[in-house]
Amino acid sequence: MTADEPTYLDGNAAAGAMREVFAVDITAATGQCAGCGDRGAFAEARLYVDAPGMVARCRRCDDVMVRVVSTPDSTYLDFRGLTYLRIRTPTT
Amino acid sequence: MGSVSPGFTGRRRGGKDLPPGQYLTHDFPVLSAGPTPHILPEHWEFTVTTETGGVSRWDWAAFMALPSEDITKDLHCVTRWSKLGTDWRGVSLDTLLADVETGADYAMAHSYGGYTTNLPLEDLVDGQAWVAYEYDGEPLHPEHGGPARLLVPHLYLWKSAKWVRGLVLSDTEDLGFWETAGYHEYGDPWKEQRYAGD
Repeated sequence: MTADEPTYLDGNAAAGAMREVFAVDITAATGQCAGCGDRGAFAEARLYVDAPGMVARCRRCDDVMVRVVSTPDSTYLDFRGLTYLRIRTPTT
Repeated sequence: MGSVSPGFTGRRRGGKDLPPGQYLTHDFPVLSAGPTPHILPEHWEFTVTTETGGVSRWDWAAFMALPSEDITKDLHCVTRWSKLGTDWRGVSLDTLLADVETGADYAMAHSYGGYTTNLPLEDLVDGQAWVAYEYDGEPLHPEHGGPARLLVPHLYLWKSAKWVRGLVLSDTEDLGFWETAGYHEYGDPWKEQRYAGD
């Protein structure tokens, strides 16, 4: 590798992995709140849906973990409030 | 838009009173992106922070001592319901901003509970916006934003921040809670500015 070669790939390279991720049932995933560090199943998050979008808040500290807004042609996802989201992949 | 003339209070409204894509409701739906803060008036305060860091502050007693107005306005929620001829009492932002020295163009409204929404400062003055504390002659219920909420009825209702606790003025336009997640930065219901790019 030369010094001028980028060490990253463009976003298209993530397409396959993302398709796999978003095909799973997110409620079975576990995550960690970026606010208080609480770890738990996403299904245990407090979900607010009577709003212009869907807001998932931490069961312990009420911080926003995930926001999802669906527009006629797009879906906006904001996962800033999660340190991670763990999605188990099927073993072969 | 807004006020109902006394001679026509019994007239059925709708049709031309509704912005495009809206339907009429007689309920007052409660929308919320989180738990309802229960702020006692004695613990409430409202601040205006300028672009140079100057802070103007009102506690509940000082706020209630300001001149207030009766307001009758139509409400338009981006989730497509509209409610016409709603009655409020509140303090005009013209009153709250009268002694605030600022050259800022934008404001970010901040609420108890962490909600934010951005507005051009020119949309908060000249009789267009209030901090409202009564609805239908009663103290504003917490589920509707009490003890006090922003009321900016010429924009979609997400701009009328419930449980408002202050404005931060700025030379630059930052985006608020819903505006950073795909909603329009301005939100004019008559132009159907629901989503970014509309």
